[in-house]
Amino acid sequence: MPKEEKRTNPDDLLADIEKESKGKFTVFLGAAAGVGKTFGMLEVARDKLSEGVDLVAGWIEPHDRPETANLMVGVPIIAPREIEYRHRKLKEMDLDAILKRKPQIVLVDELAHTNVPGSRHTKRYQDVEELLEAGIDVYATLNIQHVESYNDIIAQITGVKVRETIPDSILENARIQLIDIPPEELIQRLKEGKVYVPNQAVKALNKFFRPGNINALREISMRFAAQRVDRQMETYMRMHGIAGPWPAGERVMVCISSSPFSEQLIRIARRTAEGIKAQLLAVYVDTPKKGSLKEKAKDQLSKNLHLAQELEAEIISLNGEDIAEELLEIAQKRNVTQIIIGKPGKLSLRERLTGSIVDKVVRQSQNISVHVIPGNTQRVEGQRNPKGSFKRPTHLLPYVEIIGLIVLITLIGWTWESYLGLVNMAMLFLLPVLYGAVRWGLSAGILSAIMAIIFYDFFVVPPVLSFTIFDLRYVISFSIYLLVGSYTGNLSSRLREQIYNSRKREAQTNALYSLSREIAAVSELDTVLDSVVKKVTEISDGQVVILLPDDNRKLRVRASSTDEHLWDESERAVATWVFEHKQIAGKGTDTLGGAEGRYIPLDSEQGTCGVLGIMSKNKERYLQPEQQRLLEAFASLTALAVTRISLVEKAREVQLLSESDKLRTALLNSISHDLRTPLASMIGAVTSLLEDNHLYDEVSRNDLLQTILQGAMRMNRLVNNLLDMARLESGMLKLNKDWCEIEEIIGSAVERLAKALQIHDVNIRCREGLPLIYVDFVLIEQVIVNLLDNAMKYSNPNGKILLDVRNNNQEIEVTVQNWGSRIPQEDLEHIFDKFYRVRVPRQISGTGLGLAISKGIIELHGGRIWAENASQDSVSVTFVLPIDRTIPKIPVSMEEFSNGADGKKNPRN
Amino acid sequence: MEQTGKKILVIDDEAQIRRLLKVALTAHGFEVQQSSDAIDGLNSMVSFKPDLIILDLGLPDLDGLDVIKTVREWSKTPILVLSARELESEKIKALDLGADDYITKPFGMGELLARIRTGLRHVGEQVEQPIMTFDDLRIDRVKRIVTVDGKEVKLTPTEYELLITLAVNTGRVLTHSFLLKAVWGPHTETQGHYLRIYIGQLRRKIEIDSSRPRHILTEPGVGYRLV
Repeated sequence: MPKEEKRTNPDDLLADIEKESKGKFTVFLGAAAGVGKTFGMLEVARDKLSEGVDLVAGWIEPHDRPETANLMVGVPIIAPREIEYRHRKLKEMDLDAILKRKPQIVLVDELAHTNVPGSRHTKRYQDVEELLEAGIDVYATLNIQHVESYNDIIAQITGVKVRETIPDSILENARIQLIDIPPEELIQRLKEGKVYVPNQAVKALNKFFRPGNINALREISMRFAAQRVDRQMETYMRMHGIAGPWPAGERVMVCISSSPFSEQLIRIARRTAEGIKAQLLAVYVDTPKKGSLKEKAKDQLSKNLHLAQELEAEIISLNGEDIAEELLEIAQKRNVTQIIIGKPGKLSLRERLTGSIVDKVVRQSQNISVHVIPGNTQRVEGQRNPKGSFKRPTHLLPYVEIIGLIVLITLIGWTWESYLGLVNMAMLFLLPVLYGAVRWGLSAGILSAIMAIIFYDFFVVPPVLSFTIFDLRYVISFSIYLLVGSYTGNLSSRLREQIYNSRKREAQTNALYSLSREIAAVSELDTVLDSVVKKVTEISDGQVVILLPDDNRKLRVRASSTDEHLWDESERAVATWVFEHKQIAGKGTDTLGGAEGRYIPLDSEQGTCGVLGIMSKNKERYLQPEQQRLLEAFASLTALAVTRISLVEKAREVQLLSESDKLRTALLNSISHDLRTPLASMIGAVTSLLEDNHLYDEVSRNDLLQTILQGAMRMNRLVNNLLDMARLESGMLKLNKDWCEIEEIIGSAVERLAKALQIHDVNIRCREGLPLIYVDFVLIEQVIVNLLDNAMKYSNPNGKILLDVRNNNQEIEVTVQNWGSRIPQEDLEHIFDKFYRVRVPRQISGTGLGLAISKGIIELHGGRIWAENASQDSVSVTFVLPIDRTIPKIPVSMEEFSNGADGKKNPRN
Repeated sequence: MEQTGKKILVIDDEAQIRRLLKVALTAHGFEVQQSSDAIDGLNSMVSFKPDLIILDLGLPDLDGLDVIKTVREWSKTPILVLSARELESEKIKALDLGADDYITKPFGMGELLARIRTGLRHVGEQVEQPIMTFDDLRIDRVKRIVTVDGKEVKLTPTEYELLITLAVNTGRVLTHSFLLKAVWGPHTETQGHYLRIYIGQLRRKIEIDSSRPRHILTEPGVGYRLV
């Protein structure tokens, strides 16, 4: 039964299929330089070329070995790129040129090479990853000593530490071609000068190329290759459903700390996991004490975590007081079968008494195997800050205070000695010790204990005023002082650290919570982005930017904490890379590490929707792991919000589309009627005048001309209305606001309608004390014209029209009321809809747009408009506009004031 | 048919408008020459020496605003701009560049003729006249006395300055920024509310019904003119 399960695990099959779409990776692996990797690779390449495969050389190390040079003849080469670094021109593989050329196979020599700063990736293997990602097959050469997880073993064997390493993960799916020659032959070749060795390194390398070393390296490379064969076999068996001895579900857990030794542990764990094909977990327990790690230790911790990540370990960070307990708990939870932990160097006194973490883990590990790896390094200095960073007595004040207190107690004791007795005196002197320890921690505790002992000894213990002690039993009290001081101090220091750490954590949680709350309900992108930038700036202590793609998928700065110039072309290029590859890059990472900022993709289910960039003020520092996690949490929160808003926008667009469909129908109906009617009368009148001019007398000719004029005016009105509506709807109507007098606007509107209003009884009522309003004069005038026009249409000739303006509680309220008819209740709410016309017995010309336009304009100004039946036979339309409260004061000169202010109301003669 | 003998240059790319203007203006005694683009128009400026230019802002070869700029470099010939309704900012730009007046399409012929007359009168007439009269409004610049219907109206210096600025440009639209600069000095273009308040005060003093002004007319979104 379990066989069945294994056989058809769809995830594994999918993984295999995915591999198919990537390029195939072949590594020519050698035990050391000079075994003929490049040669071997070129030989295969030539075969491929003769088969007609499209193969190019991306990078071949330019050693001048005649055999290699001969083989290179006829192999197409992509010219390397020249990069200037520190005034020297250096050559590097031209990644972009290869990607552009897109051959079937590309040759890349020296996989472990570190690129010149300024290249896209720090390491050449990252270039190779990108090539593979692009579907290009890669042939590469590599020496076993550069493989990360073997790096330290080889260093131990050969005594030569190689700095350039590549993570094991890149070799995971590679086909390994082992290039092997016997050690004697290699040494012979070395002697013949066939091995490329830089001059300065000859001596070191001679030491390196000893038969013993070479054999060890050969064995390691063969083992490595054999392991690959194993794995490929397994894949094959799985794909073909062949049952076999499947590895058990092993899990290896490595415990890491801020010690450099952890790096070694992680590598060992990787190898162990590799050997038994187990999953690797890397666990780091953050204790309150660790909150006081020094910067150096913090950096080391970041490095360790980074290495673990590179070696494809799952990183688990825990918080807790008891490291051993936390470790065991996670081990149980995750079904870990093997724990790898470092053997501590020097043990502290406390650890000696209570047992070290390792002891505890071993004791309580039950059925989990524990590998304790001895460290070869001394305990790193400064791993722990002995005093704690919280309220450290760096100032003199605490000491002064302690001394003062002790002096005071000595005085009291001196005066009341006979009352108190020696026992109580001893107790009395314990007080400042306790006080100092509780208040300022360990060092202050010890100091106050020592001070108390000195004073107690000198002033109280007989013989008084001397440090001599007659009774040796006092030594016991002294030790108790010291014990109390140190123990209490230690306790309080740790308590403080714990409080400090939990506060810090709380602050982070709060930051996340408050951000998510802030952006949860907001539907405006810019507001959301601004909140994010503000929050991230707070926690990261640097400059923050958010870049989102525009319509052409080009990244643009949408929000930033400083001016945008900081994010220049090259920074943007990094951001674009991050956006395209969905990977973190920039400062402190291996990809494009030369950038000023670090960039985190905003990943959501819909894909990457943008990039968050941080430029730390402190340029040299790594981001702390907790900061990094928080930033990533922020990034995903932001991604969610951005996605949500874009979805809302899409929904709105769809709605608009369907609405505009309806609108289009109404528009067509309206246009066909409202444009054709005046056109018909105009064409009719004009043709009459042109063709039968002689038939008409002066009066009829004038009539016809009037018809034409009216028709044209009507069409003009319609066209204007349609244009206004279109601009309102498309959002192209921009308010051109300025301070205006509402009376002036009304005057202007009435002036425009003067002719039409002549036949109506128009009454304008402007109340006193109307303030200036900040509006678009032309548009508000348009509203009033529309309302008056509407009022005239629906009232009888000579009908009364009232225009009333009031200052109503921070709002200007304008009502246009006309007498003559009512609007049926069911129509009232629709009269502001486009193309809606109240059905009345009379045929009323109009577009049905005037009120809709008015509504649009008023709402653009942040006001409201509504209609109501004011009385039995009158209708009123009212709009209100908010009064901007910050009406600017005009500086009035004295003379203006005395004359003008009075002169306004009663002009003096 | 009047016989003014004045020459008008019409620069407009719309043949219909040119034809209409040619017929109507010739009938009113003007000598009319037409250009369908800016370059031709500028050439005609030199050869035809018009007394007034009617200029459409939307021309095929050059921006109408550039035409105004070019003309103003060497000539004070009044320019009357034809513009579409919604382009308030265009109008203001045209006026600030030195156009004398504008008229919005579509326009009535009576209105256009009135503007042409105002424009023609301007030339050489902006000079100081001691006493100016607009119906019931009379301004005595020597005594600095303003009367409405024979009754003296007390104006503050700023109000008086504003009124005079409008009066010496009788009939012409003065843009907000022009008025602000003329009365309050430079760097006051953003203080639009000064102008509104003083125009309001002035109207209350010299207009019979300040909500229906007869003298100081509002050109919505553009400025004011005194008639």
